[in-house]
Amino acid sequence: MQRLILSKKNHIMILSAILITIAFLSKWTVQNMDIFVWFMAAASVSGVLPVAIQAYQALRVKVISIDLLVTVAVAGAFAIKNFEESAIVTFLFLFGAYLEQRTLNKTRSAIKELVEMVPESALKLMDNGEFEEVDIDEVVAGDILLVKTGAKIPVDGTVLTGDGYVNEASITGESLPVSKQKGSRVYAGTILENGTIQIIADRVGEDTTFGRIIELVEEAQDSKSEAERFIDRFSKYYTPAVLVLSVIVLLLSGDIELAITILVLGCPGALVIGVPVSNVAGIGNGARNGVLLKGSEVINDFSKVDTIVFDKTGTLTIGNPKVADVEYYTQNPDEAAGYLASVEKESDHPLAKAILEYIDNTRLYTVEKTDVVKGSGIVAVVNGHRVAVGNEALMEQEKINPDERVRADIARFQQKGNSIVLTAVDGKIAILMGIRDRIRPGVQEDLKKLKKLGVKNLTVLSGDNQETVDLVARELDLTEAHGHMLPEDKAAYIKELQEKGRIIAFVGDGVNDSPSIALAQIGIAMGGGTDVAIETSDVVLMNSDFSRLPHALGLAKATARNMRQNIIIAVGVVLVLLAGVFFSEWMNMSIGMLVHEASILAVILNGMRLLRYSLKTW
Amino acid sequence: MLKATIQLETLICPSCIQKIEGAVKSLDGVDKESINISFNTSKVKLNFNDEKISIQDIENAIGKIGYKVIKSQTKAI
Repeated sequence: MQRLILSKKNHIMILSAILITIAFLSKWTVQNMDIFVWFMAAASVSGVLPVAIQAYQALRVKVISIDLLVTVAVAGAFAIKNFEESAIVTFLFLFGAYLEQRTLNKTRSAIKELVEMVPESALKLMDNGEFEEVDIDEVVAGDILLVKTGAKIPVDGTVLTGDGYVNEASITGESLPVSKQKGSRVYAGTILENGTIQIIADRVGEDTTFGRIIELVEEAQDSKSEAERFIDRFSKYYTPAVLVLSVIVLLLSGDIELAITILVLGCPGALVIGVPVSNVAGIGNGARNGVLLKGSEVINDFSKVDTIVFDKTGTLTIGNPKVADVEYYTQNPDEAAGYLASVEKESDHPLAKAILEYIDNTRLYTVEKTDVVKGSGIVAVVNGHRVAVGNEALMEQEKINPDERVRADIARFQQKGNSIVLTAVDGKIAILMGIRDRIRPGVQEDLKKLKKLGVKNLTVLSGDNQETVDLVARELDLTEAHGHMLPEDKAAYIKELQEKGRIIAFVGDGVNDSPSIALAQIGIAMGGGTDVAIETSDVVLMNSDFSRLPHALGLAKATARNMRQNIIIAVGVVLVLLAGVFFSEWMNMSIGMLVHEASILAVILNGMRLLRYSLKTW
Repeated sequence: MLKATIQLETLICPSCIQKIEGAVKSLDGVDKESINISFNTSKVKLNFNDEKISIQDIENAIGKIGYKVIKSQTKAI
C-alpha cells in the first residue's frame, strides 16, 4: 500500500492540481464556498499522503526529514481549517520534487551517457568453436571475442586477427577513428566503426580502463569538500532544530499560523543541493570533453591556480626525439655508425631509439662488456674497439678531450636546442649527433589561453640541458625555464614555490614525475590512459591531449564560480524568507513554499549551465 | 565478507542518504564503517558478512523505507 502510493506520486500530484483548480473555479465563478473548501481539503489529504509516508519511513530509521516538517505544517493548517494553504503547500511540494527529479536527471545525464556506453554483451568463442552472444559478466580474461562493425568493444584486449577503425572518443574524447590491426590494443567502451576483429580479453569489467574511468568519475561526483561536509552535518541538526523552534514559537505566541509558516520556511533545500549540483554538472562536462576532474576539492584548488609547472619531454614536446644534426670526424663514418648502432641496440634509452631510427641499415657487430654509466652513456667493446657513447660528461670520464672543432660544433648544436650524443672509438671522437624533440602542435595557443585565464607563471622544468630548455621557453614565451633537473629536483623546486604561497599545478607524464604530481596542489598527468597516471593525479587529460588543459582550467573556474553563486542564492533566499516572516504581512505558508521550491530549481538550473560550458575562442 | 554495490532508483533529496544510511546501519552483519551512499550516482556500497545476512535482506531493508533497488552486485573481498 505504502509503496503503491509512493509509486503513484506523480499521479497524486496531478490529481491535487485538478482538485485545486476546480476549487478555485467554483470560488470565482459560482462563488460556492462549500465546494471550494471540500475540494481543497481533498487535495490536501491526497497530496499529503505520500509526503507523510516518507516522513514516517524516515522516522522509523530515526531521521527527522523535511517531509516531516511539511506533514506537520499541513496537519497544523488543517487543524485551523486553512484548507487552501494546506492544499497549495502540498501541491507545491510535490510539484517541486517532480521538477527537481527531472532537472537533476539532466545534470547527471553526462555521466549517465558515459555509463551507458559500457557494453553489456559480447560474442565469445565457445568450446564448440562457434561465437555465441553472452552477458558481459560471463567474459573473463583470456577469452577470445568477436567484434563486428558498429559494435562496442566489450573488454580491454589485444587484436588477434582482422583489422578495422575504432572510435575511441569514450576514453580519449578524440573522435577521429584509430586504425587497429593484429597486436593493437583495444579498449572497452570504444566502437569499431568498420572492419571485423577478433580479440583476446586482457582485462574485463571494472578493471578495464573505461571501468576505472567510470568509477573515478562516480567517486569524484560524490567526493565532498570540507565545506560540503560541514553543510551535511549542519543540515542533520538543522531540520530537527526547525521543528523545535516552531514548537517554541507556538508555545510562546499561541499563533499556529506563524508556527506552521516557520516549519515550511525552515525546509533546507537549495543549500544542501546547490553545491553537489554544480559539482556533478561540472564533472559531467569534463568527462564528456576528455577531462577528468577528481572532485569538488580539486575543482576549487584548480580554479585558484596561479602557477603551472610543466615537464618538457612528452608534455610540451611530443616526446619522440629525432636526430636533427650530425657531424663525422672520422675517415670511416660507416664503420663508426655501425659501432654506434650496435651499442644503442642494447639500450632502451629514448635517445637510443632516435639514433637507431636514423641509422637503420648498417652492419651490426657483437657487443661485449657493456657498461652503462648512469646519466652519462654507455661504454662497450665492439669488434675489438673500445666504444664510448654518451654526453660530454662521459667523454671527460673517459679522458677524451674534444678538439677545437668538435667543441665549436657542440656549442652550435646546443644552441639549436639539441641534446648531444658523442661517439668515441678508441679514445677519439668519431661522431657528434644532435637530437631534438618537436614541440607539440598547438601548445603555443593553449598556453596563451591559460594566460588569458589568469595563470601568471608558466614554468618548464626538464632534465635536458639549459640551452634546450631555454629554447623551448623562448619559443613558447614561458615565464621561467630550468634545465638539468632530476625528478627530485623538480619536487624540491615545487616545494620552494609553495612556501612562497603559490598555488601550483604540475603537468607531467605521470610516471617518473609522480613525486611532483603528488606534491603540487594540482597534479595533472598526461597519461594516455596509463593506470599510474589516472590514479595519482587530480586532473587527468585523456589520451595525453594537451589541448584539453585550457578547457579543464576554464571549466574548473566556471564550476567553482557556479558553486559560489548557488551558495549565495541559497543563503539569500533563507534570509529573505526569514525577514519576510518577521517584518511583513504578506508572508504565508504557500508563498514560503513557492519561494523555497523556486530556489531549489534555481540552483539546479544554474548548475545545468555548466553542462554546456565550453571555452570561448579568443 | 562480500562487497555489495546496490543501484537504486534516482535519489533526489540529500536527506534520502540519511534515511538509507539509517536503514542499513541497523542491520546485523553489515560493516558500518564501509557504508558509502552516493547521492549523484544513487548507489549504495557496503561490505557485509554473508554468514549473518544476505544481500536480499539488505535490499528488503532499503525497499521497506521506500527506495526501489534496480540491481545489485556482490563481490568477494
